[in-house]
Amino acid sequence: MSKVMLKEISHARSGDKGNTVDIGLFVNNDEIYQAVLDQVTPERVKSHFEGLVEGDVFRYELPNIKALKLVCHSALNGGGASSLRLDNLGKCFGANLLRMEIELPEHLLPEIQSRGGGGI
Amino acid sequence: MKKVRIGAAQGFYGDTIEPAVATAKEGNVDYLCFDCLAELTMSILVKDKKKDEKAGYTKDLSLSMIALLPYVKKKGIRILTNAGGLNPYAAQQEVVRIASEMGLEGLKIAVVTGDDVAGRLGEFKENGVSLEDMETQRDLSEVEDRIMFANAYIGAMPLVEALKEGADVIITGRTTDTAQFLAPLIYEFGWKSDDWNSLASGVFMGHLLECSGQSTGGNFSGNWKDIEGLDNIGYPIAEVSKDGEFTVSKLETRGGLVTSETVKEQMLYEIHDPSSYITPDVVVDLTEVRLEETGPDVVKVTGVKGKPKPDSLKVVMGYENGCMGQVMVGFSWPDALLKAKKADEIIRNQIRKNGWEYEEIRTDYVGYNSLHGPLASEPGEDLNEVYLRMAVRADTKRDAAKFARLFPPLALNGPPSMGSFTGSPPRDLVGMWSSLVPRELIEPFVTVGFEEVKTGVESNA
Repeated sequence: MSKVMLKEISHARSGDKGNTVDIGLFVNNDEIYQAVLDQVTPERVKSHFEGLVEGDVFRYELPNIKALKLVCHSALNGGGASSLRLDNLGKCFGANLLRMEIELPEHLLPEIQSRGGGGI
Repeated sequence: MKKVRIGAAQGFYGDTIEPAVATAKEGNVDYLCFDCLAELTMSILVKDKKKDEKAGYTKDLSLSMIALLPYVKKKGIRILTNAGGLNPYAAQQEVVRIASEMGLEGLKIAVVTGDDVAGRLGEFKENGVSLEDMETQRDLSEVEDRIMFANAYIGAMPLVEALKEGADVIITGRTTDTAQFLAPLIYEFGWKSDDWNSLASGVFMGHLLECSGQSTGGNFSGNWKDIEGLDNIGYPIAEVSKDGEFTVSKLETRGGLVTSETVKEQMLYEIHDPSSYITPDVVVDLTEVRLEETGPDVVKVTGVKGKPKPDSLKVVMGYENGCMGQVMVGFSWPDALLKAKKADEIIRNQIRKNGWEYEEIRTDYVGYNSLHGPLASEPGEDLNEVYLRMAVRADTKRDAAKFARLFPPLALNGPPSMGSFTGSPPRDLVGMWSSLVPRELIEPFVTVGFEEVKTGVESNA
């Protein structure tokens, strides 16, 4: 097994509703999706965002498009029009999630290198 | 088989209209649909309306209409927009005025009102509606005396009615982001109000189009470096069949990219639970959706499922929530971050010594951690430059503004090589409050009005 940043194997977009941020995380390989399902748990996402997300994190699975949806509550310092943050609309949470590392079997690494990361 | 072609026109207040003009010209579309409103937008519009009672709609409506109305007249393209914001009637009057000046006699401009429920909150409470905040379960009494606006999210049905009456342009207030896109399909295909799968398909199509370039390569975090022509991006165009299946594409002559990947990023954007995306017309289930690339820049969408519509509508309120003051100053290499941190320490000490009390004082180092906060990794080298950005939360504009005056003296009295003082005027902060209200307390108050464009002497003759 090797540690890989999500940036190398997935892409993500985030947005806001009130004080909630939601993040879509996308891969396009079944084995990698399984690894993401096993390791990108709501608990782990909550601790990854410590200091930014104060509430609960909920996770929804979409095997039909090999995606996860992560909904983070109390995540925007009060919400877009009330927040003192520069990323007051949560647009950078997706990028932030891509810092997280997960473990992948060695045989998937060449696949990642050949795809150049990011859009895999 | 009949197909309806819908073009995305604008994804937010301030979005460029140029790609929509290209779609009107070359896209062979039947409808152009806008989503101009976000929670933040309503806060901007309420401030505008406070200053001028004829304001409160998105001001770029005028330029959009000047650019697009000729195609409405010439090609019969119909326009649906929620640009009305907090003053849909004034927005309708503005469109009528523009159309009249352009000599576009006979155009029928509709307006949908009734979403503004700011004056009806007491009535809702008398009817047993709690109006507690959906996110925090707090009681409305906490913010009741500070409410600035309250609008119900209205679905597609009033827009369908306007289309049946022959409206060429429909202006609404706080209809949902997707209502403008769904309404033409209900009208064209005669979908029944309980044809849940078709309605869900129409909502999902609207969802993919309502953020303009976000389906066609904009804000795409995959292989964004390889996408060509973002300076000339094409906005998404949907082609929908009677059964609800549709494709998403863009004009060949425009830049950007439409693939399963670009569509997926928009698919999950801001919808929370993908098995129950709640809208006034249907609850949408995306867990069986299939995306298929059927050509270059063409993605086919199938498998959208729908469930019965909810009994309640969402009402979003904004309340006064203090003011923000903010300042940015830049520091140069060497030790830029260290200098910025020293300046932060000096300012905080001065605030304390002055006895100023702020509910929150925030420090960001732009170039290091301003977007990622505590998740930012330590910089590996001595950064070329760092901006210190500080913000305070204050009760009044005066208190927010006085904090900014501490910064200019730093240039002479603080750490070395500070440049680029950037202050901005204090800004009102607006808190958001969302509640559920039974739809039967709102929908009977929704009305559709019409005005036909006349062009002076001839029409009066």
